[in-house]
Amino acid sequence: MVDFSIIIGGKAGFGIDRASVIIGRLFNQLGYRIYIYRDYPSLIRGGHTFSVIRVSSDRIAAHRSKIDFLLALNQDTLDLHRDKLKDGCFFLYDPELVKVPGQACGVGVAIGKILKEENAPEIMRNTCIIGALCKAVGIDAKTMEDVLRKEIPRELELNLKVASRGFGESRELTRVEPLVRERLPVVSGNEAIGLGLVKGGLNFYVAYPMTPSSPILHFLAEKATEFGIKVIHPESEIAVILMALGFAYMGKKTAVGTSGGGFCLMTEGLSFAGMAELPVVIVMGQRPGPSTGLPTYSSQTELHFVLNAGQGEFPRFVAAPGDAEEAYYWSAAAMNIAWKYQIPSFILSDKNLAEGIFNFDINSVEPIKEENPLLWDKTSPYKRYLNTESGVSPLAFPPEQGAPIKVNSYEHDESGITTEEPATAKTMTEKRLRKEKYLSGELEGYKTINVYGNKDSSTAILCWGSNKGVCVEAAKNTDLKVIQPVVLWPFPADRFRDELKGVKTLISVEDNATGQLARLVKAFGFDVDEQILKYDGRPFSVDGLEEELKKWTRKT
Amino acid sequence: MDQKNLGTYALNTWCPGCGNFAILNAVKTVIAELTQEGLPLEKAVLVSGIGCHGKIVDYINTNSFYSIHGRDIPPAEAIKISSPDVKVIVFAGDGDAYGEGIEHLIFAAKRNIDITMIIHNNRVYGLTTGQYTPTSPFGFKGRSTPRGTKEAPINPLELMLASGATYLARGTSHGIELLKRIFREAIAHKGFSLVDVLQVCVTYYNMYDYYDKRVYELKDHNPADINQALAKIREWDYNKDAPICLGELFKKENVAGQEDSAQGPVDRENKIKEFLSSSI
Repeated sequence: MVDFSIIIGGKAGFGIDRASVIIGRLFNQLGYRIYIYRDYPSLIRGGHTFSVIRVSSDRIAAHRSKIDFLLALNQDTLDLHRDKLKDGCFFLYDPELVKVPGQACGVGVAIGKILKEENAPEIMRNTCIIGALCKAVGIDAKTMEDVLRKEIPRELELNLKVASRGFGESRELTRVEPLVRERLPVVSGNEAIGLGLVKGGLNFYVAYPMTPSSPILHFLAEKATEFGIKVIHPESEIAVILMALGFAYMGKKTAVGTSGGGFCLMTEGLSFAGMAELPVVIVMGQRPGPSTGLPTYSSQTELHFVLNAGQGEFPRFVAAPGDAEEAYYWSAAAMNIAWKYQIPSFILSDKNLAEGIFNFDINSVEPIKEENPLLWDKTSPYKRYLNTESGVSPLAFPPEQGAPIKVNSYEHDESGITTEEPATAKTMTEKRLRKEKYLSGELEGYKTINVYGNKDSSTAILCWGSNKGVCVEAAKNTDLKVIQPVVLWPFPADRFRDELKGVKTLISVEDNATGQLARLVKAFGFDVDEQILKYDGRPFSVDGLEEELKKWTRKT
Repeated sequence: MDQKNLGTYALNTWCPGCGNFAILNAVKTVIAELTQEGLPLEKAVLVSGIGCHGKIVDYINTNSFYSIHGRDIPPAEAIKISSPDVKVIVFAGDGDAYGEGIEHLIFAAKRNIDITMIIHNNRVYGLTTGQYTPTSPFGFKGRSTPRGTKEAPINPLELMLASGATYLARGTSHGIELLKRIFREAIAHKGFSLVDVLQVCVTYYNMYDYYDKRVYELKDHNPADINQALAKIREWDYNKDAPICLGELFKKENVAGQEDSAQGPVDRENKIKEFLSSSI
């Protein structure tokens, strides 16, 4: 198995992100599978930004802490990451900018000088070092040029020139042989979510910018015409969710995207959606709080917030996908479920999933249900909140002749007129809550819980969201079982019980300090024996998690 | 459609003498007239916030979106964007539009989106039993300010003019004929329109006498002239004693607003595949 990692680092504004995607695509072109973790501070210029590009012959969705190549665009990068190198000399740098302590070592490329000679701007340092990397790992100039031609939107010829100069001044350290097999697309988790929403019938995407969900806004705005959708960025998250409800009232499938702080502002609108039975998909990208917290890092701290947000009691659907395929599938499914049951439907993402870069194999995605919502048959007078057996009332959308369509944030009767009458209040509460029972039943036909690794192991890892990748890989190496609930509400308790059969030790792995999934399963009577928690905003590495797991498994 | 057929079975729970009755009757008359002139009733969508004003949508038998406090404007905008041929009429209180939801109001005016705002400006919180609002005068003694407020009111029309509203008018709940006229004008206006109705709350802030002595209808006023409009808007600042003008204050026509660019159907499946193959 081929498996190596590259770190490219520099200051914000150096184009590290773009460069890391290009490097990922280069190896993807050679037939490898890739995963990219992006680490950047909350600023526009300066600071230290880096990406880990992991390349493997197998599918991966996690990084390892040791690296094989370091592309140091500045001194910080070398100083901060050199100790991660397996071979301390496998780094590329510009001797003009980066001083190498001790013995002469690494591959020096006079990037600054090349840029000056080619009259190229500073931002092209990244292209130059990509050229140098290609040579160092034995990628031929032709493959390099093909990828750059596809990836570089501006000043292509100059970029190609700069890359080829970098290539020319570098030297081969190793040779990565191409693999003969199908290449897979390379997408971010956010792109996969956006594509899933489009697949699910999205008409409008409404969002106010907030890391880590803004890239969905950018992606869908860019592609709006192509996908036949409209994208709106209003004055605040409050306006975002209320607009979405206005669109839902008019029969338009709508999604919104935000993070914890923005979602705080949305909660009154969320509760309104519950009362008025207006469908909406909410993409909630988690990052560490409280408050502004670590805005550009990752966490799994909003599970209970999302489960409990909004005053009053109303049904909701919550799915936490773990990789690009799941992000695509569940975003489409969430839209379908929102409209089938007229409820708010959540995609609970996190920064590591949202901004991580993955291979995406659309052919491995389960078939996606596309159902029409229940519509008014026009045979009897229209009642927006007709009390039916399932609790789901037939929909009609303005303008509809002869059918006044009244939605209401107050408790209301079947016609949508305000009421405070106790019997009606009781009936309507039960009508709304009944929908969740039917949804739970339907979810039995979905893969609500995924299981990986050694299914007979008496020790199992419990994880959710983006930790899927690291847990699956660590379990493979430690011969453990992995249980990953994707649907977190309505919680699939029966299936969870089935999957726990034969498990004596359950170890939860979460990116938070209090064990939020452990607390959820506890409410259904399931005890977690050990918890491995990480709350510094950074993802688990495969080897780091293996170490942690060994501590616990040795104990038992 | 006759005005009388526009009612619902909902029991009216406004206080006797409430200024909201004038707004309800004027709006029902205007909607009835518009339907007689050919507007299909289903193409009227009413939106309201929370407060005594909000009940109005329960009393009119057409499409309605009974929103939450201060949040009537974003859904109204979405409704208009979804279906540009629908007439969207938003009812909001002063606490609703000028307080809790003021950011939405400013942005809607800035966008010049083609919706009509009817503000039930009684300058007091009625449903929560008598607190000051953004348009209560300096020194207003409400239940949250028993020793009187220490802040001057905002002049909502001046704020709206500065924000880009393209139709502004004022009426009172003692002048139903004028209300009908300016509601019609506001609904017909293409762009963001707002009618500030000095609607009297008989229970918590009875201003009938005060207004009756000071209001006058604008004559020889050119609403297309922004300077004249501003001067008239500033004549009374919702605080100090002054004559209070009523009628059409400002009107700016043919201003580009948020237009809906309808899009033809696309083959999404194919577009997704195209995107993915370009991402290899």
